[in-house]
Amino acid sequence: MSTALKKPDEGHTPSAPPSSKPNGRSTKPKNSLTAGQKPGWTWMVVAAASLAVGAGLIALIASEGFSFAGWLILSAIVYVIGMYVTTRVIENKRRATDGLWRNLVWAAFIVALIPLVSLLWTVFAQGLPTLLSNPGLLTEDMSTTNGATDAATQDEGAPLSGGFVHGLIGTLMITVVATVISVPIGLMASIYLVEYSRGGWFARTITFFVDVMTGIPSIVAGLFAFAAVQLFITTFLGESPVYLQMVKMGLSAAIALSVLMIPVVVRSTEEMLRVVPNELREASYALGVRKWKTIMKVVLPTSISGIASGVTLAIARVTGETAPILVTAGFLATTNWNPFSGWMTALPVYIYRQLVNPTAPAAPVPSEMRAWAAALVLIIIVMLLNLVARIVAQAFAPKKTGR
Amino acid sequence: MTEQVTDARDTTASPTTKPWGGRTSSGSASGDKVFAGLAYGAGGLILLVLAFVAVFLITESLPALAPTVFSQQDSIASADSFWVYVMPLIGGTLMASAIAIVLATPVAIGIALYISHYAPRRLATPVGYVIDLLAAIPSVVYGAWGMITLSTAMVPIYGWLHDHLGFLPFFAGDPSTTGRTLLTSGVVLAVMILPIITSLCREIFLQTPKLHEEAALALGATQWEMVKMTVFPFARAGIISSVMLGLGRALGETMAVTLVLSGGVFGLSLISSGNQTIPSEIALNFPEAFGMRQSELIAAGLMLFIITLVVNMIARWIVSRHKEFSGAN
Repeated sequence: MSTALKKPDEGHTPSAPPSSKPNGRSTKPKNSLTAGQKPGWTWMVVAAASLAVGAGLIALIASEGFSFAGWLILSAIVYVIGMYVTTRVIENKRRATDGLWRNLVWAAFIVALIPLVSLLWTVFAQGLPTLLSNPGLLTEDMSTTNGATDAATQDEGAPLSGGFVHGLIGTLMITVVATVISVPIGLMASIYLVEYSRGGWFARTITFFVDVMTGIPSIVAGLFAFAAVQLFITTFLGESPVYLQMVKMGLSAAIALSVLMIPVVVRSTEEMLRVVPNELREASYALGVRKWKTIMKVVLPTSISGIASGVTLAIARVTGETAPILVTAGFLATTNWNPFSGWMTALPVYIYRQLVNPTAPAAPVPSEMRAWAAALVLIIIVMLLNLVARIVAQAFAPKKTGR
Repeated sequence: MTEQVTDARDTTASPTTKPWGGRTSSGSASGDKVFAGLAYGAGGLILLVLAFVAVFLITESLPALAPTVFSQQDSIASADSFWVYVMPLIGGTLMASAIAIVLATPVAIGIALYISHYAPRRLATPVGYVIDLLAAIPSVVYGAWGMITLSTAMVPIYGWLHDHLGFLPFFAGDPSTTGRTLLTSGVVLAVMILPIITSLCREIFLQTPKLHEEAALALGATQWEMVKMTVFPFARAGIISSVMLGLGRALGETMAVTLVLSGGVFGLSLISSGNQTIPSEIALNFPEAFGMRQSELIAAGLMLFIITLVVNMIARWIVSRHKEFSGAN
């Protein structure tokens, strides 16, 4: 009977039970459930050993000096292997495999953290000092900045000139126009999908192609908006260069962003509308309220928090888009408030241009500093939008119980 | 149960609009029609937009696709024929995306498993947030990071790869001294598609029937055996489609490659500068392009659109087919 109580694994590890018997000085009674398992401190021993082995290996492999990152990576590999071998010797093969995969899953998590931490660290370390010492970056555009001023900044320590307020304004205007275009369309389309369609072929086609639209490359959306506006202008106005110049404007960029935004809005709104309990609709119908009034007064108010949070997430997504704006809105050093005429700079495009084409090619450092400060501001904006979306979704969520 | 509810709605919805004609005070019959029409129109508009994307791209790229017919020229601006021009770009795009998929898939599945089955309950939710945070970072910031930080960090690794694995065509050639190569771009792309694959896989892993898992554990399976026997078979289609969706994203990602890669002619070597991808080619050249060059780039964009459309449609098709018999929604 007592053998039946023992773990089935025990038979495979003859080394474990005898090893605990001769040491009979154990103060606590032998537990048949934990017999044959490796003691709880095994991993510490293996970790210490693998750090030592890793140090030895890195000294062998690395030709030039001691690499801290390389040491940690090698030690981690040695640790995973070491734990496998140890468990296999003390316990059995199945447990060793289990532990191996557990360690690998943890490793995957840590590997994913490295780029995130490195990225956030780079942006903050490069952007924050610049931004704090030059708050003017937030209130000036690039109209007074040229190669000479940047060269003076780099070589003679003159204060950093210029800024990216025109980028902030451009991003704001383009995003607002894109939101104005895509929210009504997305909202009505999802109302159609949830409230009007009876799951027919038309609704299924829309759902399928909305999913497909989610995967349109952003640069293709930009090309589409450009081609569409160009075709429109050449057809109705003419083909002279003056009119071709007009193609690049804030509105074109907003159309491009709408193509990216509509599917996100449709998907999130659709989900929210489906959550609204049918009893609410039925109660409204029973009072003789028309369907469209029911949707406006009952369904939408019930789900408004979810819809608002979905729209905010969609805005956050398009705020960071670079490629579609790059090909549709051009690039400008001065502030342009009008999205319907003239080139416009968005913040991501500003970052890109400052990195790739520095204002002073011989003195790229000031441009890089501005780019990192702008990247920091952009990340903060996007994170805030995400945070707002989360708070809105949680704070104004309708009660799901009590019906 | 849900069937009954929808039925109930259907029967209550249509009669209310008819018997009480225009008598009610809450809106009029025409309001109903207008609203329904608007909703229907918005749905149709979405299909129309997608059709327009295709039509406009084709219209604008015809001069480059068939120069002799549409623009009375023998060749396009940058090569003899469009295909000579675009094939290396497609090759570069596929290579960069392949690197990204190969690197991101195991890690993404690992994290998804970590969140769904391995992490302590207290950690799982914050880790999910952290992964969402990765998804929220704008692509241009990834590009800047790859250009400044990652490429520098990769230089010694490239030297090592060249010394020890140089016999493979991928690691032949002179290793780049700046680290701005296709492999670095692929790594940045991998980081960018990681959250997409992770969040989709996590959703599917969480849907594994609890009874299957408990049955496996009750039979004495270790946790890994449980995952192998219940979670993976259940989620296989979902994993494939999420990887495809990640691939679609990697194919179309622009800024990471544009900023990181110092491009050039097509070649197999991943550790020396060279190669170019379609989105990056467009982003680099479109702002200054006009006439034939512009048509070329739009035609290249059309190719990218077709490739991603096919990849995405296959992925969505797998998902929708899987949904019907798994009860996973």
